[in-house]
Amino acid sequence: MPQNEYIERAQKLHGKRLDTEERARKKAAREGHKQSENAQNLRGLRAKLFAKERHAQKIQMRKAIKQHEERNVKGAAEEKDPSNPVPAYLLDRANPTSAKALSSQIKSKRAEKAARFSVPIPKVKGISEEELFKVVKTGKKVHKKGWKRVVTKPTFVGPDFTRRPVKYERFIRPMGLRYKKANVTHPTLNVTVQLPILGVKKNPSNPLYTQLGVLSKGTIIEVNVSDLGMVTASGKIAWGRYAQITNNPENDGCLNAVLLV
Amino acid sequence: MATVLPPPSKRQKREEIERTTTQVDVAPILAPELGSFKANFVDSDGNQMTDVIEINFADATEKNISVLLNTLLERDREEFTPYRFRIHIPGKDIIVDQYPSDLLGLLKQHGVENPFETTITLSAEPQAVFRVQAVSRLAHRIPGHGQPILAAQFSPVSSGRLATGSGDNTARIWDTNTGTPKHTLKGHTGWVLGVNWRPDGQQLATCSMDGTVRIWDPEAGKPVGQPFKGHAKWVLMTAWQPYHLWRDGTPRLASASKDGTCRIWVVNTGRTEHVLSGHKSSVACVRWGGTDLVYTGSHDKVIRVFDAVKGTLVHSLTSHAHWINHIGLSSDHALRTAYFDHTKDIPATEEGKREKAKERFERAAKINGKIAERIVSASDDFTMYLWDPTNNGTKPVARLLGHQNKVNQVQFSPDGTLIASVGWDNSVKLWNARDGKFLKSLRGHVAPVYTCSWSADSRLLITASKDTTLKAWNVRTGTLAMDLPGHEDEVYAVDWSPDGKMVGSGGKDKAVRTWRN
Repeated sequence: MPQNEYIERAQKLHGKRLDTEERARKKAAREGHKQSENAQNLRGLRAKLFAKERHAQKIQMRKAIKQHEERNVKGAAEEKDPSNPVPAYLLDRANPTSAKALSSQIKSKRAEKAARFSVPIPKVKGISEEELFKVVKTGKKVHKKGWKRVVTKPTFVGPDFTRRPVKYERFIRPMGLRYKKANVTHPTLNVTVQLPILGVKKNPSNPLYTQLGVLSKGTIIEVNVSDLGMVTASGKIAWGRYAQITNNPENDGCLNAVLLV
Repeated sequence: MATVLPPPSKRQKREEIERTTTQVDVAPILAPELGSFKANFVDSDGNQMTDVIEINFADATEKNISVLLNTLLERDREEFTPYRFRIHIPGKDIIVDQYPSDLLGLLKQHGVENPFETTITLSAEPQAVFRVQAVSRLAHRIPGHGQPILAAQFSPVSSGRLATGSGDNTARIWDTNTGTPKHTLKGHTGWVLGVNWRPDGQQLATCSMDGTVRIWDPEAGKPVGQPFKGHAKWVLMTAWQPYHLWRDGTPRLASASKDGTCRIWVVNTGRTEHVLSGHKSSVACVRWGGTDLVYTGSHDKVIRVFDAVKGTLVHSLTSHAHWINHIGLSSDHALRTAYFDHTKDIPATEEGKREKAKERFERAAKINGKIAERIVSASDDFTMYLWDPTNNGTKPVARLLGHQNKVNQVQFSPDGTLIASVGWDNSVKLWNARDGKFLKSLRGHVAPVYTCSWSADSRLLITASKDTTLKAWNVRTGTLAMDLPGHEDEVYAVDWSPDGKMVGSGGKDKAVRTWRN
């Protein structure tokens, strides 16, 4: 593999070889034979690598062929009668019903989103990535690379959490900043109970923080409320409810939240 | 004892003295002397109607000038026709469509310095003598169909009968005066895609997904004869032969089908007279013109004009770039209602009826004294073309650009002056029928507009849309006259009765709704 542009430079200075087009054409013509020779004769690791590449190519080829086929067969596919009665001007047209389903899906999603975020703390000042992450350099003395990040704010990791192999983990969540319990206040009953955290549902700053489990003010977490003895409308015992964090846990050292009912 | 009024207070006494002693300024109360202008009246063909006359600006309201013109044309008081005027600005090429309340101001605005000495040309458009009121309320909601309603049409005889076709394989006739179903026409084995009343209202034709066309007697609710079988695939639309063209004592019917052919049936015998083939794709629309020409528009982007007597091709109009969805005919309303009109006097004899139907057709189709029946075709390529096949052959008269999405339907107004087009871009557009110029865009719908229907006096337009509302528009001002929500789901078909009394609509919610004023 060329490390620099010496090939292009030479071509610009001295021009191309007189038979480059011929050679390129002949090389392209040999491609098929070369491919089949490789497929049949490679062994070991190289065979595996080749097979992987070839598999990906074949998937793409099959997709393209299928699309071409669909284009030719279009007439036959549209012959079948539509199921819902439609007037003459709507026959033979792409389904209006699927479009309606899509729009009603989008509308219900928007409604859901809107409802879920009617929370006690609606707006939160976001945390920037420079503030959250501290860069940790790894590698030997001269060739240090800075792709590792340490999270400087409290996080939640979950009970069955094991770190990635240390060489490959990008985000380090220090044990000292991990929280398992939250002081949850029930808004109407005005009692505060310490409840174990089940997971982080949404961090309003950044979806990346949600994935990492960063606990900041305004984050929605799920807590285990079986201690409170709450029962749902259908009679079942509720054991998980959402709560929103109301303090800055990195400053206080404890996690306070209010239950969302 | 008589009632004694309290004596006037000091303020009242003071005001009284002021009023009696000071001289009132009379000038602002009197009408200002604005001068006058000379008016030259031309009709829609450009011919001068009467002598040039001088009119005061102070008296120059549209109504007054209309009365003046009627008097100049020496008409009796009973024969007065209301006129609308369009002002040709002298010296320039501008034509103002809306008659302004301040004519002098308008002229000054357009730079006419001395209107007193100029002759202003006013082109007069006769309006329908009767006036249709905008429908405003839901009169009846009549359930009955088991599947969405796909087509609806009022009988030309009276607004008391409405026929609807539905996906439950039946067509039903409703009595709209009482809001009850009259007959259920069973027989089809596929969705009924179209219903079409005979121009004299004595028969009803229905076409269906099962490839047949059936004729029914609407008063008895029974089929007439055998179903017309012959098409290979479903039949999309039918068109009756106009009343004044019937030969051999029998009407004829044209039907358009997905198999690419159009068939002309002799209704009394049920025989196929001609098969108009040549289209390479589904024929979406068929219209029977008043000069015995059959116009068929197809998904193969071509409109074919056939001679109905011989069954041969006359013209092949190829200008569109995509499917033809609909064809509008300039004499559509006149042909649909044959000898029925607002005066409600029906001729006694057969010949009288034919004469009246022919006369109505000629009045609708004549331009400059010559019969020029025009068609406008709406297409999926977002444009429409205005054609005059009898005079202009295969060259379109005008190309109507402006829609941002497929155009679904296009209708000429009953008086032949306007074209309304509705489409998938949620807008309704109005065009001048003479030269195809764009007039107005009516916006209000929030989903594709499917169909439209004109009122009989051409002043109002009703549109039905996917957003479940009907909207009645006043086309003079270009504004919404009435918004008619009420349907629970998409509205597929709407029709304004030819006598203007009510509107009938049907859609996906399977219930027929009639609307009245």
